[in-house]
Amino acid sequence: MEFPVLSVIIFAPAVAAVLILLLPKDRQTEPKVLAAAGSFISFVLAIWIFLAYDRGAGGYQFVEKVPWFPAIGSSYHVGVNGMGVMLVLLNGILLFCAVLISWRIDERPREFFALLLLMGVGVFGAFALLDLLLLVLFYELVLFPIYLLIVNWGWKPLREYGAMKLTLYLLLGSLVAVVGILAIFFTSGLGTFDMVELEGVALPVSFQRTWFLPIFLGFAVLASIWPFYSWSPDGYAAAPTAVSMLHAGVLKNVGAFTAFRVAVLLLPEGARFWMPYVVFLMVMNVVYATFVALVHTDFKYIIGFASVAHLGVVLMGFASLNELGWSGAVTMMFAHGIIAAMTFAVVGMVYDRTHIREIKQLGGMVQRLPWAAVGFIVAGLASMGMPGFLGFIAEVQVFLGLWRAADLAPWYPVIAIISAVGIVGTAAYTLRALQYVFLGKLNPKYADLPGTSTLDKVALVLMSAVLILGGVFPFLVTPIVQSGVQSVLALLGGA
Amino acid sequence: MTIRQLLEILTVLIPLPPFLAFAFIVLFFNRWKRLSHSIAIGAMALSFLMAQIVFWTVIGWGGEALYEHPIAVQVPWLPSGDEVLSMGVMVDPLTAITLFFVSITCLAIFIYSVGYMHGDPRYSRFFAYISLFATGMLGLTVADNLLMLFIFWEIMGLCSYLLIGFWFEKPSAYRAAIKAFLTTRIGDVIMLLGIAYLYSQTGTLSFAAILRDEAVLHELAVTPSVISGLSVAAAVGLLLFAGTVGKSAQFPLHVWLPDAMEGPTPVSAMIHAATMVSAGVYMVVRMFPLLAVGMEGAVGTPPMVAMAIIGSFTAFFAATIAVAQDDIKRVLAYSTISQLAYMVAALGIGAYVAAAFHLVTHAFFKALLFLGSGSVIIGAHHEQDMMEMGGLRKRMPVTFWTFLIGGFALSGFPILTAGFWSKDEILAYAWHLNPVVFWVLAAGALLTAFYTMRQICLTFLGEPRGEHAEHAHETPWVMTGPLVVLALFALFFGFVGVPEEFPVLGELIGYNWFHHFVGATVGELLHHLPGPESFNPVPLAISVVAALGGLTLGWLVYGRRPLKAGETDPLARWLGPVHTVLKNKYYIDELYHFVFIRPTVWLAGAVFRWFDRGLIDGILHGIARLGEILGIANRWVHTYVIDGGVVDGSAKVVGATGRELRQVLQTGQVQHYLLQVLMFLCAFALLYILFF
Repeated sequence: MEFPVLSVIIFAPAVAAVLILLLPKDRQTEPKVLAAAGSFISFVLAIWIFLAYDRGAGGYQFVEKVPWFPAIGSSYHVGVNGMGVMLVLLNGILLFCAVLISWRIDERPREFFALLLLMGVGVFGAFALLDLLLLVLFYELVLFPIYLLIVNWGWKPLREYGAMKLTLYLLLGSLVAVVGILAIFFTSGLGTFDMVELEGVALPVSFQRTWFLPIFLGFAVLASIWPFYSWSPDGYAAAPTAVSMLHAGVLKNVGAFTAFRVAVLLLPEGARFWMPYVVFLMVMNVVYATFVALVHTDFKYIIGFASVAHLGVVLMGFASLNELGWSGAVTMMFAHGIIAAMTFAVVGMVYDRTHIREIKQLGGMVQRLPWAAVGFIVAGLASMGMPGFLGFIAEVQVFLGLWRAADLAPWYPVIAIISAVGIVGTAAYTLRALQYVFLGKLNPKYADLPGTSTLDKVALVLMSAVLILGGVFPFLVTPIVQSGVQSVLALLGGA
Repeated sequence: MTIRQLLEILTVLIPLPPFLAFAFIVLFFNRWKRLSHSIAIGAMALSFLMAQIVFWTVIGWGGEALYEHPIAVQVPWLPSGDEVLSMGVMVDPLTAITLFFVSITCLAIFIYSVGYMHGDPRYSRFFAYISLFATGMLGLTVADNLLMLFIFWEIMGLCSYLLIGFWFEKPSAYRAAIKAFLTTRIGDVIMLLGIAYLYSQTGTLSFAAILRDEAVLHELAVTPSVISGLSVAAAVGLLLFAGTVGKSAQFPLHVWLPDAMEGPTPVSAMIHAATMVSAGVYMVVRMFPLLAVGMEGAVGTPPMVAMAIIGSFTAFFAATIAVAQDDIKRVLAYSTISQLAYMVAALGIGAYVAAAFHLVTHAFFKALLFLGSGSVIIGAHHEQDMMEMGGLRKRMPVTFWTFLIGGFALSGFPILTAGFWSKDEILAYAWHLNPVVFWVLAAGALLTAFYTMRQICLTFLGEPRGEHAEHAHETPWVMTGPLVVLALFALFFGFVGVPEEFPVLGELIGYNWFHHFVGATVGELLHHLPGPESFNPVPLAISVVAALGGLTLGWLVYGRRPLKAGETDPLARWLGPVHTVLKNKYYIDELYHFVFIRPTVWLAGAVFRWFDRGLIDGILHGIARLGEILGIANRWVHTYVIDGGVVDGSAKVVGATGRELRQVLQTGQVQHYLLQVLMFLCAFALLYILFF
């Protein structure tokens, strides 16, 4: 038997989580080390599959299939195509970085790290699983630790409200989607939950049109599609740094990616019918969130709304229903994941030291936290689509894709134009935050603020390197993304 | 290895040394000032050398030969769908001449900065940034496709932000940086859309594949675009031109450039002469075949008409503002806007070569003027208000004479200066092609000469009007040296483009090298462009009168009887409120603030307060509240109805049923539980299907 690399990636953090829970209660450092080790294994193996994935052959690779619930045709079936590889890699990077960033947590570290790892397990599963039933299970598995993490370790004034809002919203969204999945299960008549098999079925057009919307929107709620986004900024503001990082960085991608895989790929006719209208919601994501980020004065809310705007771009890429757009969307998921995680990490670094998130009360932080400042600049530039960073590669493809989608509906180029305005806005609020927080005069109160730790620096450098490498050498990223896109493009069928 | 291969390698390498300098300084040598500037200058000198080798070699080949076989290298970079977006370099005549002036001006500015930035706490950082800036411009120049051009274009945008806000402790500097970045970005984004549109139509962004292919151009010109009445070529052209409006500070996006004076003066020179604003014009010159496709006779295409209108308007408009400015650098800033507008207007009427010519000469004399003003600022202890200057001629002789040359070149002083030849060519074409454009530009030329003379007189003549000017001293040779070199170019570069029909001189030189060499860039198109067939003395006379008249007027007002300390500007006395309007730049900043910025902020705030917090969360909380109420109602029913009466009776039944069911349902096997969950969900699904 081949080495089950995907399973190891998925469950290595789970094993670490169990080991952590077995530790005696008073241990402070061991849980962190174990968590770092567990996430590091996944991280390294994720890099390995990124390198080892056969781009020429394409399709699902590293496949494992074990019967799990044969009576209803559900099996433990994992595998990744080019898109999945990127997302698994993203989660590998971010989970590891999140553990590093959380080193300062000393309030019940056992529980914290165990839950954090559990969350990572759920995300890995959601990216790699090819079985709808298990996919949903893992998807729900992600939500549960998040609630506990926010409620217990979150920002006190908001944590109960934020956690409840986030959890209820996402549960509701997934409930709608699950109903849709069951409908697919019954209508297909294959008696299987296996996505690969389901992909081959052409479901009746009327069925597709009826069910596309609930399934897509149900999952897209987790991708903070407008107007179902308001859990996101509140949830992030309430959550501890590592959770914000992972949630914005990968969890939203779970939503977008699952919406894409289930709704668009299994119901392509529905997608063609509805997308030209749903795309307006995504434009709202960009325009609206950008607007709000422009006036908000809470550092973490600004980043939260930025993330909502970026997810709009991701979803728009998917909505263009062509190769360029999809490729851009996947690249954007990856880029946004790193950007969001980095910026949340930076916010955390500033907040942990000053306990202030009001940007107008900060200032001159570059003098005390130069690493955080540079990290913020790198992530900020990538987020405003500056060439030389991965964000640009993603945005260009999405815009080209949108423009080319004019055959779908004549207003697609207009959509591209409107959302381009978002780029200017992104630059504006990023620079505004940069100015207030890092530049200007340093409050004497913070003259001897402790600097960034080595682990913080490692995490920041790692994430910056990914953004820059991907931006300068896009051929490291795009071929694998495109091999993934091409392998599913056929599902869309002829127009 | 053939010479061609060698040149290919050199061209690829040209943008590289400054980039490495940037990386090395930022990463390793931030603390060593001397080492930093040595690395930066060394790297720039290397680029300069390579650029000059390429330039002088291809000159030997001649324009036509270079047009037929440009130097070109490509590597695949961004695979996208079936096509691959490549990165590549290309040297055609336009690239060659741009490399020539960019490398010279950049190197001069680098050396000069050693003197200007002396003692700055972020000295090393400064050299890192301007190195990156140079990388941006050199990379943009050699780019062989629009995407790569755009990438370097954006890198320059970033550098301008970093450098304008270099002294970010000053709030005004920081605000200026953000303003510059955002304003140019508006243009950039529109330009990016143009690029996307072009790509979606042609499937390529390579200059060669689009601009040299008659079939592609024709196809673009006849395909109607999404905007009715415009062809694709016209729509793309207009979108691309928006990029120039932002980058080259044309009306209505000109507002960032004067504020950009907050940056150190070498940066101003960099932005205004060597790099950024030139890039904006360079791009439209480069894309000219696309902009002009579909042109019939002297009737321009929509993008050309837009350029002619915006260009001539801006040329005059900016010149009027420059007349009333007191800050030595701001005068130059508005003159830059105005001069760039000449180039834009020239392209708009189809004077392709004239536009390129003015681009080059302007780079030389404007770099000279900015560095000269910087020299004044350093010599006069950071005084920038011309009203506080005066009498610097004797105290700073080198600066004075070089500044005078630069100023005369800017005014278009006949025959002797480079500015005359390029500006005259634009005016000659305008006379022939469009009288309105001609008269507006001629009036602008008059104003240009006037405010230049005003500046020279206020700064250098008479007696010092302020403390700083009193104790001014000449700057060290690292600063004056570059001035002298640039002054030579500002004087003599014009002679490479003397029209063959020009009386006496034309015959003497006999060959309009610039016209033939750079004109070859557009191949056949050049011969289809309208233009004066023969020499016409009328526009020449008007142009000379404008230049000399403006200078004389300036002299009469400010030179003959220099201003005394505390005396108000005579112009302010004569023009009264008009002068106030000019001095306040027509209140356009204020207007923008009220029309764009205030409403945007208000709208954003309102959206957040009313929509986000009010409506969406309101609905959400309403639902939550409803749930809560239902829960309370439930409890009431539970307590008083069920527990009170029904339950006790039914409890027994339920209990019994429960025990029975437990044996059936609670098997202790997880699969069965999941099955139950599933069944419930199925029931839900069924309900959904039935009801929706």
